[in-house]
Amino acid sequence: MGKAELPLHAPGTKVDRGYIGQSVPRPNAKRLLQGRGAYVDDLRLPRLAHVVFYRSPHAHALIKKIEFENARKLPGVIGIFAGKEISKYCTPWVGVLAHLKGIKSPPQHAVAVDRVCWQGEAVAAVVAETRARAEDALALIEVEWEELPAVIDMEESLAGKRIIHKEFSDNICFHRAHDTGGVDEAFAQADVVVEETFDFGRHTGVCLETRSILADYNAAEHSLTVYHSTQAPHMMQDIFSRHLGIPEASVRVIARDVGGSFGIKVHVYPDEMATAALSVMLRRPVKFVADRLESFATDIHAREHKARVRLACTKQGEILAFELDDLTAIGPYSVYPRTSGIEGNQVVNLTGGPYKHQKYRAKLNVVFTNKNVTCQYRAVGHPIAVAVTEGIVDKAAAKLGMDPAEFRRKNLIADDAYPYTFPSGIKFEKLSHHKCLDLLLEKMKYPELRQEQVQLRKKGIYRGIGLAAMIEVTNPSPAFYGVGGARISAQDGATLRLEPTGMVTVMCSVTEQGQGTEGIFAQIAASAVGVSLDKIKVITGDTGVTPYGGGTWASRGAGTGGEAVLLSGRALRSNMLEIASKILNIDKEELDIQENSVTNKLSQQPLLPLSELGRVAYFRPDTLPMDFQSELTVTRHYTPRQYGFTFTNGIQASLVEVDTETGFVKLLKHWCVEDSGTVINPMLVDEQLRGGVVQGIGAALYEECLYSPEGQLLNGNMADYLVPMSGEMPDIVCAHVETPTMQSQLGAKGVGEAGTAGAPAAVMNAINDALSPFGARVTAMPFTPERVLKALKKI
Amino acid sequence: MEHDYDITLTVNGTAVSRRVPARQHLVDFLRDDLELTGSHAGCEHGVCGACTVRVNGEIVRGCLMLAVQANGCRVDTIEGLSDSKELAGLQKAFHERNALQCGFCTPGMLLAAQDLISKPGKPGTVPTREEIRSHISGNFCRCTGYQAIVDAIEEVIHGKG
Repeated sequence: MGKAELPLHAPGTKVDRGYIGQSVPRPNAKRLLQGRGAYVDDLRLPRLAHVVFYRSPHAHALIKKIEFENARKLPGVIGIFAGKEISKYCTPWVGVLAHLKGIKSPPQHAVAVDRVCWQGEAVAAVVAETRARAEDALALIEVEWEELPAVIDMEESLAGKRIIHKEFSDNICFHRAHDTGGVDEAFAQADVVVEETFDFGRHTGVCLETRSILADYNAAEHSLTVYHSTQAPHMMQDIFSRHLGIPEASVRVIARDVGGSFGIKVHVYPDEMATAALSVMLRRPVKFVADRLESFATDIHAREHKARVRLACTKQGEILAFELDDLTAIGPYSVYPRTSGIEGNQVVNLTGGPYKHQKYRAKLNVVFTNKNVTCQYRAVGHPIAVAVTEGIVDKAAAKLGMDPAEFRRKNLIADDAYPYTFPSGIKFEKLSHHKCLDLLLEKMKYPELRQEQVQLRKKGIYRGIGLAAMIEVTNPSPAFYGVGGARISAQDGATLRLEPTGMVTVMCSVTEQGQGTEGIFAQIAASAVGVSLDKIKVITGDTGVTPYGGGTWASRGAGTGGEAVLLSGRALRSNMLEIASKILNIDKEELDIQENSVTNKLSQQPLLPLSELGRVAYFRPDTLPMDFQSELTVTRHYTPRQYGFTFTNGIQASLVEVDTETGFVKLLKHWCVEDSGTVINPMLVDEQLRGGVVQGIGAALYEECLYSPEGQLLNGNMADYLVPMSGEMPDIVCAHVETPTMQSQLGAKGVGEAGTAGAPAAVMNAINDALSPFGARVTAMPFTPERVLKALKKI
Repeated sequence: MEHDYDITLTVNGTAVSRRVPARQHLVDFLRDDLELTGSHAGCEHGVCGACTVRVNGEIVRGCLMLAVQANGCRVDTIEGLSDSKELAGLQKAFHERNALQCGFCTPGMLLAAQDLISKPGKPGTVPTREEIRSHISGNFCRCTGYQAIVDAIEEVIHGKG
């Protein structure tokens, strides 16, 4: 696509770039600052009923008998339903996709029928006039169980002695093998071969607003309105429609304020489907808000991997080949509709990603277990791939006695090598690894830090510096999900409407969960049309209002939704100029729009305020030529298609101090250099990076969903499951290289997941650097004090 | 099974009388009975700080205090403290620095921050960055990574907010 209209890429001048590149605050943040947001649990509807779920205490068991009688007698209870009754209103689903060849999963019901497969699976739904009353009734339900052997360990699952789903002959949900050929030869020729096995703990998103849904069925219309804390309203519209048997256009999904999502809120959850079904069954609005314990037990988990990686290189430090063997456990079902095969698939695609070796072999096994399901959570697969890559790269550099930064410089794909096809098959349009590395080393004053490290070691202070180069999937094309048969849109749309007073309303299918999507859409729209930012009002998150689109996931909001807003804004501007031309009787080509006025393009003199243009177009069109109809509402769509994904790249560094007596890791500083293409709002981009880095730090140091050998979640609450809090977090320095994608006019790539993708590897390498004088290494995340002390052989 | 009690308290400057179940938490009372939905229930066991409100001038966890315990108290929430403009400086600094993303933690975070700002510290000193981090370390924010929040609070403390 050409850059004929250019404005957004001509750097420097306000006229050309408008608000693009400016750190303006988000208009929609003001209501949240005053506690006047509207999250699902804040909404009030007449006859609202509340649902809570009786959940399985067992990891694997048959439901022999359920007794509701005592619970039903409780005043205020509206109804109690088991899985079979709900299944009459909500059909089951299967989380598989055609492009993940061989992936399998059994049908899953909204509420368990006959058998439960993980602790926390819903067994019955209790609906009452208040939440408290529904919870009272829970205590009166009696269930008779027959416990079944549970498969908890993923290696045991892979071995397949016990099969979880009897319709299958093994516990393997998905298997993939990839081989460029020549790998054995490369390892045979190598001067140096290093190998390591890395373990990654299960963790979860811990959105501060728990999963929430309010379903309001209108029996007279056979229509359903769902207020949903979701990232993908149109996807959910399709799913409610198909599984509840309501015509698509009669289902409206509204996502108002969403209290964090991070990928947690882009999946189909059985209890949420049950809530919608219950609204149909009871012909009244029903609300479900997960409590924190339910969130830990049923929000998707992620990242339970054991990955063995080998690297071959020459004694000059040239990487020849990578080999990967990844095993991951996903719980008893592949999650619908994205599947639970994607995370492992991404690990295979991305391992070794920044480097220029040509030989690569990978094996992936995705297995079922009787634990909660796992699926796509912020940075999907990247934290695993980056950690195994950067962990083994550091090990190789150490073995060669090379500085890790120099080793990377030697092996990173050259900045002029693009377009480039990576040995896993993925394609890079244009990356900037070397520019990013240089900028990072400059920002962190790398040589000085190394000197300081040496000096401090003499005093018994053990500091470590860890680097992590990375690539990241953003702006996905239909190749991500659509080609596999998922009804998940890779295209997004934006409608812009000029209001009579000269304001512009923007309606876009990409949603806002706090990233600042609506803020950057306002910046893009204002810049494209030629109005000031205060004239823009953005509406997202309503299938009844916005164009059709995918929503927010895979770092696509700015690159895909933003481009749709830009195209729509330019079309609206053109239509406005046409009207102005009729009103002013001046050739359209001689006119421009700047700062809320039609202007003379050459002199930049204001000729017609937009409020006057709007007045004439809407209220006095009789004064316009008879054969002319003004069009002041326009819609444009955009789908990235030239590449499967628009890859970004970046590099992070972590500086830590390890207390070798206690095993505690103190984070001193973190740096993040990222190339996400055109930066629309530097402040928001930096805040995405920082928030992402801290989530990655959580994975590296604190967060793990711990299960007992029987499949009981041991730490499913916020007191026992540790998350990053302000006291332990470092300040994070962000910097940017801008390589706009040439696939769009806007040039923006995604940035939402980069921080989370790279931070765990950087922290791991920093800890291992600090421990290197002791010959100790840690490889199992999270790196708790206990694990650090074990590595030091102190316990 | 329920024991109900009559309570009278002052919420955001207005006298309120209600009959409440003994087991009802203060944050549920504020949200469900008074429809002041700005205070959020995040974890319901006193860890995340999203339900932070002010009772008789002290910040408390609305999920660890019962509504009946607030009988006779003065309760201030994000709605009242916004309308009175007491939080205006912090809100402006948070807005300008994007010290919030999803906003779910923000009301509690603002109350915790205001508690630090409004209480006298050691004479002649202002809270350091570390002290700010420490003071808000009971308020979980999953989105920002905290740095912008610390920056915003620091800015207000130094009189620039």
